[in-house]
Amino acid sequence: MDLKEKLVSSFLAFENSIDVDAYAHDVRTDAIKIFEEKGFPSKKEEAWKYTSLNSVLKEDYSVFPKQENALEYSDIKKYFIHDIDTYKIIFIDGKYSSHLSQTTHDGIDVCLMSAALSKPKYQLIIENYFNKAAEKDSLSALNTAFSQEGAYIHIPKNKIVEKPIQIIHFSTGNESATMLQPRNLVVVDENSHVQIIERHQSLTDNPVLTNSVTEIFANKRAIVDYYKIQNDKETASLIDNTFIKQKRESLASVHTFSFGGKLIRNNLNFYQNGERIDSTLKGITIIGNKQHVDHNTLVHHIEPNCESHQDYKGIFADRSTGVFNGKVVVEKEAQKTNAFQANNNILVSDKAAINTKPQLEIFADDVRCSHGCTIGQLDESAMFYMRSRGIPQKEARALLMFAFSNNVLESVKIPELKQRITKIIANKLGVNIGFDL
Amino acid sequence: MLKINNLHASIEDKSILKGINLEVKPGEVHAIMGPNGSGKSTLASVIAGREDYEVTEGTIEFEGDDIEELAAEERAHKGVFLSFQYPVEIPGVSVTNFMKTAINESRKARGLEEMPAKDMLKLIREKSEMLEIDRKFLSRSLNEGFSGGEKKRNEIFQMAMLEPKLAILDETDSGLDIDALRIVASGVNKLKSKDNAVVVITHYQRLLDYIVPDFVHVLHNGKIVKSGTKELAHELEAKGYDWIKEEVGA
Repeated sequence: MDLKEKLVSSFLAFENSIDVDAYAHDVRTDAIKIFEEKGFPSKKEEAWKYTSLNSVLKEDYSVFPKQENALEYSDIKKYFIHDIDTYKIIFIDGKYSSHLSQTTHDGIDVCLMSAALSKPKYQLIIENYFNKAAEKDSLSALNTAFSQEGAYIHIPKNKIVEKPIQIIHFSTGNESATMLQPRNLVVVDENSHVQIIERHQSLTDNPVLTNSVTEIFANKRAIVDYYKIQNDKETASLIDNTFIKQKRESLASVHTFSFGGKLIRNNLNFYQNGERIDSTLKGITIIGNKQHVDHNTLVHHIEPNCESHQDYKGIFADRSTGVFNGKVVVEKEAQKTNAFQANNNILVSDKAAINTKPQLEIFADDVRCSHGCTIGQLDESAMFYMRSRGIPQKEARALLMFAFSNNVLESVKIPELKQRITKIIANKLGVNIGFDL
Repeated sequence: MLKINNLHASIEDKSILKGINLEVKPGEVHAIMGPNGSGKSTLASVIAGREDYEVTEGTIEFEGDDIEELAAEERAHKGVFLSFQYPVEIPGVSVTNFMKTAINESRKARGLEEMPAKDMLKLIREKSEMLEIDRKFLSRSLNEGFSGGEKKRNEIFQMAMLEPKLAILDETDSGLDIDALRIVASGVNKLKSKDNAVVVITHYQRLLDYIVPDFVHVLHNGKIVKSGTKELAHELEAKGYDWIKEEVGA
C-alpha cells in the first residue's frame, strides 16, 4: 500500500480516535476528498518542477503516532530559546506535552488546537478562521484532513504580547518512520502585536516527514513577526504550508532559517486584503551534503498602497540543491504597490545547484516592482585579502558567507534569537568566531 | 629576514618572474621600482602567498624558513604583511570586526589567548588616531565605498594593528593626494624599527621622499636588472625607464 492509500484508508480510524466536532468534521471530510482526488504533487506540476517528493514518500510512515514519549527539559533545552521568558507550546510526536509547555488564557489564548477544535468557547473563532486562509492544494488538504493538534493563538485587540511564543514539535521516532501533520492557527486582532518562533526537531535517526499548515490572520493594524528555525536532522523532511491573511495597515513578517533537514519545501503565501499593508518575507538557507531546500513564495497584492519585501539568501555546498520560486501578483485595483524581491545565491561547490525563478504578474499600471536574482561564487580576491591578514581559509570563508547573509538577520527583532541563529550559522560553517559585525 | 633565491613564478603558464634574487635584513627599507608589467605586483603577491601564482623554481626564505609552500595566513602569522595596491571591498564585515578576527586568529596560531576586548579597543583607538582615521570609519564595511586614499590609509592602519616583521607596500602611493601621502608615510615611519623591514613597491619616486630607502632595485621583465641606493630612484625619476631597458638590452 503506498502512502496515499494508507493515509486515505486511515482517515476514518483517525476521526474515530478523537472528539469530533461537527464543523471540523465537515472540513476534514471535504479535505480528505480533495487529497484523495489530487494525491501527492509530482514534478509534472509547474510548482513542483524542481522538487521531487519521491525520496521522502517511499518510507512506511506511521501516520498517526499513538503514544507520547516523555522527554526531560534538560535533554532538549538546547532547542529552545531559553535565555528569555517565553510562552511555549510543545509537542512530542504530535501530542501535546503539558510539562514542557507554558500556555496562557490570561487575556490572550496561547494554547492547543485540539482544545480549540472541541470546546464551545472557541467555536466562533474556529468557524471564522479555521481553514479560511489555507489553499485547497493536495498537501494543505491532507493536513486539514488530519488536523487535530498544533498551536492555537488568539490575541484579542489592543494587546502587545511581551513574551515571544515558541512552538516546537519534537519527534522521538519510536515508530520506525513517522509522519506528522501539525496544524497551527494564529489570529491577531486589531492593534495587537505578537512574535512567534517555530521549530521542528527530530531526536531520532528514523525518517520523519512533517506536513505542516499554519494559518495566520493579521487584522487591522496588527503586527505579526514569525520566525521559522529549520535546523533538523538529515533524516527529517518538512513541507511547511503557511498562509497569511492581512487586513489594512497590518505588518507581517516571516523569517525562515533553513540549515538542516533532508528536504524542505516552504510554501509561503501572503494575501493582502486592505490598504497600506506591509509584508516581509526573508530567508537564509545554508545547506550541504545532499540537502534540498525549496522556497515557494506568493504575495498577492489585492488593494492599493501596499508593500512587500522579499529577501532570500542561499549558500549551497556539496551536492545540495535549492529552489526559489517567488510569485508576486498585483491585481488591477492594487495601484501604488511597492513590491521588491531579491534572491542571491552562492554556490560553494561545482556539484551544488540552485533554480531561481521570479514570477511577476502585474495587472495594475502605477506600481513599483523589482526583482533580482544572482548566483555567484565566493570572491577569491576577498579570500586572499582576508587570509593575508592572518584569517585562516575556513574562518575567512565563514566570515564572507556570514556577511553575505547578514542583512536578513538585521531585521530579526528578538536579540536572543538573532544570537542563536548566528551561533547555528557558525556551527554550520564549522568555525568558532563571533560574527558581531 | 627575507631571502629570495632565483625565484621563478608564473600564472596560467605565463612566466612572470624569471629569477629574482633579493635579500632584506632587519631594519632595512628596500624600494622596488620598474615600468608597468615588469612583475612588481606579482612579486608582492607571491611573497604574501597568493595561490593564483605558481612558484616554478627558487625559494623564498623568511627568518630562515622556506615559506613558498605556506598558505597566506601562515605567512601572515609569521609576520609578513602586504598592503594591497587595490584593497578588496568586503560588504557586511566591519573594519573593527575584521581586525579583531585577524588579530585573534594570529594570536591563536601563535598559541596566545584572545586579546581582551578592552585592550583591543584601546589598540584600535591608538592606531586609528595615529593615521587620523575617523572613528565612524571603523564601524563601516571594510573598504566599501572608501575613496582611494581612505583605502590606502586603512591598509596602513591594518599594518599598524598587526605589527608585521616584514611589510610590503604595493603601490601604496597610487591614488593618494599629498596630504594623505604624508599621513601614510609618517605612519609607516613611526612603525619602523631596527627589528622590522619594509619593501616599498612603486612606480614613482614621490613616496621615497617620505619613506627613504636604503636600497633601490629596478625590476624589468621579471628580473632585478639594477640595484643601488636612493640616488638610483632620482635618476629613474629624471630619465624614465627607457635607458635601463637599453642598458640591459631589452
